[in-house]
Amino acid sequence: MAEVKKYEEPRIGVFVCHCGTNIAGSIDVKAVMEYARTLPNVIVADDYQYMCSTPGQNKIAEAISEQKLTGVVVAACSPRLHEPTFRNATKAGGLNPFRFEMANIREQNSWVHMHQPEEATSKAKDAVRIAVAKASLLEDLIPKSVPVEKAAMVVGGGVGGMQAALDLANAGIKTYLVEKTPSIGGRMSQLDKTFPTLDCSQCILTPKMVDVYRHEGIELLTYTEVEAVEGYIGNFDVTLRKKARGVITPAEAEARGIVGGGCTGCGDCATVCPVIKPNPFELGMAPRKAIYIYHPQVSPLIYTVDFDACVKCGLCVEACDTKQAVDLEAKDEFMTVKVGTVILALGYDIFPIEKKFEWGYKNYDNVITSLEFERLICASGPTGGHLIRPSDGATPKRVAFVLCAGSRDNTGVGKPYCSRFCCMYSLKHAHQIIEKIPGVVPYIFYMDIRSFGKMYEEFYYRIQDEGAKFIRGRVANITQDPVTKNLHVNAEDTLLGRPIDMEVDMVVLAAAIEPTAETEKTRRLFGVSCSQDGWLLEAHPKLNPCGTTTAGVYLAGVCQGPKDIPDTVAQAEGAASAASIPIHRGEVELEPYFAVCMEDKCAGCGLCVNQCPYQALALVEKEGRTVMQVTEAKCKGCGTCGGFCPGGAIWMQHFATPQIIAQIDAFLLGGEQ
Amino acid sequence: MADENWKPKIIAIICNWCSYAGADLAGGARIQYPPDIRAVRVMCTGRIDPLFILKAFQDGADGVLVSGCHFGDCHYLEGNFKAAKRMFLLKSVLKNIGLDDKRLRMTFVSASEGAKWGTVMTDVVKTINELGPSPLKEFAR
Repeated sequence: MAEVKKYEEPRIGVFVCHCGTNIAGSIDVKAVMEYARTLPNVIVADDYQYMCSTPGQNKIAEAISEQKLTGVVVAACSPRLHEPTFRNATKAGGLNPFRFEMANIREQNSWVHMHQPEEATSKAKDAVRIAVAKASLLEDLIPKSVPVEKAAMVVGGGVGGMQAALDLANAGIKTYLVEKTPSIGGRMSQLDKTFPTLDCSQCILTPKMVDVYRHEGIELLTYTEVEAVEGYIGNFDVTLRKKARGVITPAEAEARGIVGGGCTGCGDCATVCPVIKPNPFELGMAPRKAIYIYHPQVSPLIYTVDFDACVKCGLCVEACDTKQAVDLEAKDEFMTVKVGTVILALGYDIFPIEKKFEWGYKNYDNVITSLEFERLICASGPTGGHLIRPSDGATPKRVAFVLCAGSRDNTGVGKPYCSRFCCMYSLKHAHQIIEKIPGVVPYIFYMDIRSFGKMYEEFYYRIQDEGAKFIRGRVANITQDPVTKNLHVNAEDTLLGRPIDMEVDMVVLAAAIEPTAETEKTRRLFGVSCSQDGWLLEAHPKLNPCGTTTAGVYLAGVCQGPKDIPDTVAQAEGAASAASIPIHRGEVELEPYFAVCMEDKCAGCGLCVNQCPYQALALVEKEGRTVMQVTEAKCKGCGTCGGFCPGGAIWMQHFATPQIIAQIDAFLLGGEQ
Repeated sequence: MADENWKPKIIAIICNWCSYAGADLAGGARIQYPPDIRAVRVMCTGRIDPLFILKAFQDGADGVLVSGCHFGDCHYLEGNFKAAKRMFLLKSVLKNIGLDDKRLRMTFVSASEGAKWGTVMTDVVKTINELGPSPLKEFAR
């Protein structure tokens, strides 16, 4: 295995792509092709308009069989885009697909040297020479197939996570749904109505929550966080921390031999609990006890003890009586589950808008955020659906909505991106107060109204007709009248070209959104990259928007970038579909970039063993000598051992030392000196 | 040695997951940078044997760039840490043999930093242009 399999003489075919004018616009493709013909080992060279097209791929397959090629080089776009395509074409020609090497002359050449055709052509020739050098040394590789665990995990129990879990479970896949808070439902359960249909948010969400809770194929793990992740696609071992809840379910009670015990959600414990804390679900605008549920519709309907607040007086234990559901000595528990694929649906947090101090949030009582508005206007919220001014409880008659509050902000304080749903929910808010408060006037301060979805623009017109006032201009600052607690909104009306100082009763900031506090930790556990703005990075924005660079890990919802509910659910269904494919296939092929020990060179020093982050290497006794041995299933092919071995005894398949040295030599010693 | 037509020969050995993807992104965004660098792709900067870099200098390279993921972002957890340690040691070796250690550079460019890739390219070429041809060039081969 460790030996280089070679044909008698390397016979390489080079194919140069025009990519329309993408490449041919700045590179002399014919010259590159002619140059390739002069290179050692090159038997045939050709060019074509679009190598990735069917005729282009056929050229490769035909040349392989006609010319008995041992290696193929395509000079075209990035291997990150079309390597799989051309590997298939290589395979179709009867050659091992790993005898293919790509020269990137588009993303890293023609597109970045658009006005330097001579230099770009010369760079393309070098790239082809480098690729031919590697292709001459490539060997047959056989991908390793591994079985896929017939189970999946969804992290995050918001509307996206729930949809993904339901889809997976309905497809017959055992699904673990992990949620960090005590209830599923996510942000959507905090909303009053949804735009543009004005459906009651809870009304359409709670049936789904119940479906998830009751589904036989879903193991719901609330108040649980991901602690550690090991393994790879098909075989992830995920360690979960089940946070101490202090309350047991009827099922857990039965397991403990307590007949008819466990939490029924009656609430007797909360009635007697003497500790009062702000309820985070109501954004601190309503109280909860140290033993609590967030709201009446939580799923599962199980109380939770806030051990940071609990004084362990034991009144709740007494109140629970024979059900014996409260256990104040509970500790965090750990469990490890094996899953084949994972979907991250981590959601978002609200940007701390007090950082934009000029708008006075947290300084002025009557400046609130949109999410606080949702709770205040919601019939199940702290005020029973009556929008009131926090300063005096009065009903506001003039309400200003500040859009792009912290979004589209290039000052470095806020977020540069558009949070995408604020325009639409602010229109909805304007509608809601017009509906509920006679004589109210909503003033909407906007930069642009982005009503891009289905029936959204129509909704915008409707709100205009209903009497909302739109003022195009960014709010410079907000000041407070110290006596009346009314607010002065200072802005520029950019359509009329004059400054505005408007007195209003209340200001609602459509605050930007940002990745949740846990997103960074979770993404690192799963090895998922993020964009510059912190949202998780999809494998390809157009062609693989649900996938990530970690095989077997998929994305759903806002954690990939701001989205409204329809887009979140759509992506969740896409992610569920993608995550179910490897499970239904039953096995996946791993790229065969494994490390191989060349035992004749290995001195058994063991320095490589500590270099491996996956514990894939070990020292073993073989024929009276100590040598290193690789566990292929654990090796991910990074090559860190191969870069370190003092004896050069590790053969990194497809990235072997002689192959890389050949590339370096081809660039620096070959060609026109 | 003072060749007016001298153009720097710089080799970049870059990781598949971050810097190569970042370089592709720079292409998609049509960010223009000097065309003096040739890239060799490896799966992880951890793969880079210091001998590769010494071989490149022996072959007459004027500069070598190693670019990987940001710390903590490595697709293979910690390959970039190990690469960074090796490059740090290698720089002292280069100094000892009389080669300016600025000819070897390690950068961290993520898959979403196309613009940064352009800046890195421009900056590396500028540095090597200032340093001039490698003194090892005449011994190459």
